[in-house]
Amino acid sequence: MLEFLMKLLGKEQQTSKTLAKERLRLVLVQDRTNVSPELLQNLKEDLIAVITKYMEIDEKALEVNIDSHEEQVALIANIPIKNVKRSAKVQAN
Amino acid sequence: MGEAIVITSGKGGVGKTTTTANLGTALALMGQKVVLVDTDIGLRNLDVVLGLENRIVYDLVDVVQGNCRLKQALIKDKRLEGLYLLPAAQTKDKTAVSPEQMRNLVGELKKEFDYILIDCPAGIEQGFKNAVAGADRGIVVTTPEVSAVRDADRIIGLLEAEGINNPRLIINRIRPKMVRTGDMMGIEDIIEILAIDLIGVIPDDETIIVTTNKGEPAVYDQNSRAGQAYRNIARRIMGEEVPLMNLEEEGLISKVKKFLGINR
Repeated sequence: MLEFLMKLLGKEQQTSKTLAKERLRLVLVQDRTNVSPELLQNLKEDLIAVITKYMEIDEKALEVNIDSHEEQVALIANIPIKNVKRSAKVQAN
Repeated sequence: MGEAIVITSGKGGVGKTTTTANLGTALALMGQKVVLVDTDIGLRNLDVVLGLENRIVYDLVDVVQGNCRLKQALIKDKRLEGLYLLPAAQTKDKTAVSPEQMRNLVGELKKEFDYILIDCPAGIEQGFKNAVAGADRGIVVTTPEVSAVRDADRIIGLLEAEGINNPRLIINRIRPKMVRTGDMMGIEDIIEILAIDLIGVIPDDETIIVTTNKGEPAVYDQNSRAGQAYRNIARRIMGEEVPLMNLEEEGLISKVKKFLGINR
């Protein structure tokens, strides 16, 4: 009854169908990507190699993970910077 | 040379065995020579769905292990001339047969039959590998639920890894009313997610329970909507273009008309 009234009032309510679809989409991205720890390790090493060209980073504290936030799946990298190289600044300009 | 089609789903209880029995019966009703192979060793059920449980003497494992000839293990259907069942063993497990042996067996059957329908067990282990080993085509059965669609996605990937490309999808037990009110994923939703071609949609239908109770596939029942949907899929398997049936339940007027025998 409440749902019916909400619909009458034009308040769009999320149906269980759209919820199912959203949940499926998320879980399938995770299932399909099937990112192995090995792949993440390789990615991490490559990232370090690239970033150290520009800045000094704390390699031990570097974290790379696949994460999902609400509707999006993202590659999250947490890279603490120790120092930015002077030459990099020039290049960036 | 016949064609071998594996019917699979990943998740259990979505209707693989019912689908195998109905499609096989429908194909045989159209004059095709069909054998249904139950590969669910240890949990056989295709025999009871077809009403042939009292006729089993030899099974799949007996054939593979050479305890009998292939012809001795094939059970002829009660009603249809061209329909046969090769039952699974009930007292062994999945490891009693290897994918290689299955490939040879299906190869033998293809010489004799137009269609070999292979009922795959749930899961992705050895039983799945056995079932897909000799198959040319794949049909994936799912229901409009998150868990079933998720498993279907996984199975599609595994089928492709086994060299069975472009499997076709059957969406089973759809309830048009719930789809309309936004409480069930619809055909488009599922197709969009799985990104494979549809071969048919089966409406949720109580007649399936009744026909299964009797051991008679629903395709015999001209009033069963699920039976109609299965007959349509069988025609599509044979390459005919058949539009999707109207899934909406019949209104009172058309029911009365049907009762009175007025053609619509």
